[in-house]
Amino acid sequence: MRGFAMWQPDRAAALIAAHAGQDGALLPVLHAIQAEFGCIPDPAVPMVADALNLTRADVHGVISFYHDFREVPAGRHVVKLCRAEACQAMGGDALAAHAEAACGVALGHTTADGRLTLEAIYCLGLCATAPSALVDGEVVGRLTITKLDRVLEALP
Amino acid sequence: MSLTLYVPRDAGALAVGAEAVAAALLQAASRRGLAITLVRTGSRGLYWLEPMVEVATPGGRIAYGPVDPADAEALLEAALAGGGAHRLRLGAPEQIPFLKRQTRLTFARCGITDPLSLDDYRAHGGYLGLQRALSLGTAATIEEVVESGLRGRGGAGFPTGIKWRTVAAAEGARKYIVCNADEGDSGTFSDRMVMEGDPFVLIEGMTIAAFAVGADKGYVYLRSEYPHAIATLNDAIALARAEGLLGSDVAGGRFAFDIEVRVGAGAYVCGEETALLDSLEGKRGQVRAKPPLPAHKGLFGQPTVINNVISLASVPVILADGAASYRDIGMGRSRGTMPIQLAGNIRHGGLFEAGFGVTLGELVDDIGGGTASGRPVRAVQVGGPLGAYFPRALFDTPFDYEAFAARDGLIGHGGVVVFDDTVDMARQARFAMAFCGIESCGKCTPCRIGSVRGVEVIDRIIRGEDRPAQLALLEDLCNTMKFGSLCALGGFTPYPVMSALRHFPEDFGAAPPARVAAE
Ligand SMILES: Cc1cc2nc3c(=O)[nH]c(=O)nc-3n(C[C@H](O)[C@H](O)[C@H](O)COP(=O)(O)O)c2cc1C
Ligand code: SF4
Ligand code: FES
Repeated sequence: MRGFAMWQPDRAAALIAAHAGQDGALLPVLHAIQAEFGCIPDPAVPMVADALNLTRADVHGVISFYHDFREVPAGRHVVKLCRAEACQAMGGDALAAHAEAACGVALGHTTADGRLTLEAIYCLGLCATAPSALVDGEVVGRLTITKLDRVLEALP
Repeated sequence: MSLTLYVPRDAGALAVGAEAVAAALLQAASRRGLAITLVRTGSRGLYWLEPMVEVATPGGRIAYGPVDPADAEALLEAALAGGGAHRLRLGAPEQIPFLKRQTRLTFARCGITDPLSLDDYRAHGGYLGLQRALSLGTAATIEEVVESGLRGRGGAGFPTGIKWRTVAAAEGARKYIVCNADEGDSGTFSDRMVMEGDPFVLIEGMTIAAFAVGADKGYVYLRSEYPHAIATLNDAIALARAEGLLGSDVAGGRFAFDIEVRVGAGAYVCGEETALLDSLEGKRGQVRAKPPLPAHKGLFGQPTVINNVISLASVPVILADGAASYRDIGMGRSRGTMPIQLAGNIRHGGLFEAGFGVTLGELVDDIGGGTASGRPVRAVQVGGPLGAYFPRALFDTPFDYEAFAARDGLIGHGGVVVFDDTVDMARQARFAMAFCGIESCGKCTPCRIGSVRGVEVIDRIIRGEDRPAQLALLEDLCNTMKFGSLCALGGFTPYPVMSALRHFPEDFGAAPPARVAAE
C-alpha cells in the first residue's frame, strides 16, 4: 500500500489549481486531494471553497454526502468486503463475521494501531465470482474463509 | 511457428488469478526459449471457467480453463501441439453451450479482441456503425435507433431513439452526451465488461449519439468501485483522440466531440440520472424533481442525452447492421438482445446475451446449471437491489420488460442473483430496507425515514413481536414508500420487501402460501 503525503498547503493549492478549471470541478478536486493525503484534511476545505467560489458548508456538504471521502486517513491497509446480495448468496455474511474476528475490528472501522481499515462495499461487479473484495486496490474473488485468511496474512 | 495465447485482463478474471496465470505462461515460455505473443483480452463472460486461456490455432481458438499458474508448463505443451489435449481443454470457445446459445451483438468482440487495439477493433467491425451514421445523416441516424426498438438498458427501459429525438430538437447553447456507468446494482457487471473488454464500442456509440443530436462534449460517470474500467477507458479515449476519432475534427472535420471520464465517489443513488447530473456538476448527488427532463435541461442546464453504457454500446451494431436486424430479435415491446448477468449462487455464472423472451427458469436451471452449492434454488432476485425476489413458481416468466412488470418485478439492468435454500428471506427483506437507508439521498421522507422504520419493523417481525400488527405495518409502510417517494430508490425498495413477504411468508413467521399444484 502506498504511503500518503503529510499535509502541505502548497501541494494542496497546486492540486486544486490543476483541477479547478474544469466544469463541475469539485469531485475531481476532492479525489485529487484524497489521493495525495489519504483524506480531505480540514485545512483543505476553505482552500477548495475559495478556489471554486463555494461556501465551506457547500464543500463540507459534498464531502459528507459521498461514502468515498474520508475526513481522517484510513489504516495502512484497506480491505473492502462486498456486502451486496450476490455476495450474500455465496456466504458473504459468514465471511464478514470472520473478517471482523480475524481483523479484530468491526466493518467500517480501523484497528487501534492504524494498521488496517475494514469496510463494507456494495458490489464490485465481480458477482459471478462471489464473494468478492478489494484489498489494497486489488480485486479478489471466490473468497472462502481460508482464502481470506491467506490474503490477510500476506499483507505486509 | 510463433505461438499466440490470450489471457483476459478483465477484473473478474484478475480476481481469480489471471495475472498470475499470464506471468506463469511467460515464464514457462522463456524457460524454453520460446517467443510467445500473449494478448490480454476482455472476458468472454464464462466466469466459472476463469481464468480461461485461449490458444490460436489454424482452425480457430482453443480454450482451457479454469487455469491455475501451476498448469502453465503443461498448457504450453498443449498449445505447442496446436491446441492439444489437456485436463482443462474446453475446445473451441464458440462451441461451449453457454456461449453457443447466445446472440452476441453488443458483446460481439468482448473476450476476443485486444481492448486497446484500434486495429483489432476495426478488423472486427468497429467504426462501421459511425460510418453508416455519417452517410445517413443526423435525422436518419436517430430514426434508425427509434426503429431498432432499443430501450434503455439502465433500468427504466425508455426508448433510446425517442430520447435522442427530444435532445436533437431542444434549443441549447451546448449539448451533452452523458454515459451512466455507475452500475451499482448487485449482480450486474455488463457495463464493467464492456469498458474493460471493448471500450471503443462505447466510444463509438457515444460518438454516434453526439453526431446525431449535435453534442460536442461527452462525460462517462464511472463508479470508483471499478478501478480497472477507469484505467482501460481512459487509455482507450487517449488512443481514439490520438487517431482523430475524438477531438475537434471527428470524421474528417464533420464535427467536434470529446469524452471525459468522471469518477464517482461511492453513492448508489448517483446512478439515478438527475442525481448523477448534480454529482457531475460538483454537488451532492441529490435527485432533481422532473420536469424539466434532462433532455431539455440536463447537465449545466443544457439539453443532455443520458444513457446507460449498454444502451450506447448497442448503437454501433444497430447502425452497422440496420435497425431491422436488431428489431427482429426479441418479444413484445422488448426488442433486440439483453446482456443478462447470472450471478450469486449459480454454477455457471457469467454474461449471457440473448434475445428477449428467454424464461427465468431456462436462465437459472438450464443455462446457469442451478446453484453453485448444489442445493435447491429457493429465490432469485432480478434487477438489482430494487428488484423483486422470484420463487420457483414464477420461473416461467420470460425476460421481457412488461412480463416482469406484470408479476410485480422488473428486469432493471439485467442482473439475476440466485440464492439456495439456506437463504432467510426476512433477512433479505431487512437488507433491502437497510440498503435504502444507507443510500437514500435524503430528499424525501418516505425514503429517508421509511427505510429506517422498515428495518425496525422487520426486526420486530424476526423477533416474533406482535407479528400480525407488524406485518400490516410493513405493508402500509411499503405503500407509503411506493407512492410517496420522488425516485425509484425509495419507490422500488418495496419490491424486494413485498415479494419476499408474498412468496416466502413462512420466513416471516406467517402461513406459507397455498401453492397451486404443478401442471
Ligand atoms: C436509485 C437508482 C439507481 C440507478 N442506477 C443506475 C445505474 O447505475 N446505471 C444506469 O444506467 N441507470 C441507473 N438508473 C436509471 C437511470 O436513472 C436512468 O434511467 C438511466 O441512466 C437512463 O439511461 P438508459 O435509458 O440508457 O437506461 C438508476 C435509477 C435509480 C432510481
Ligand atoms: S426516494 Fe430516496 S433517493 Fe429518491 S429522491 Fe427520495 S430520498 Fe432521494
Ligand atoms: S454483489 Fe458482491 S461483487 Fe457484486
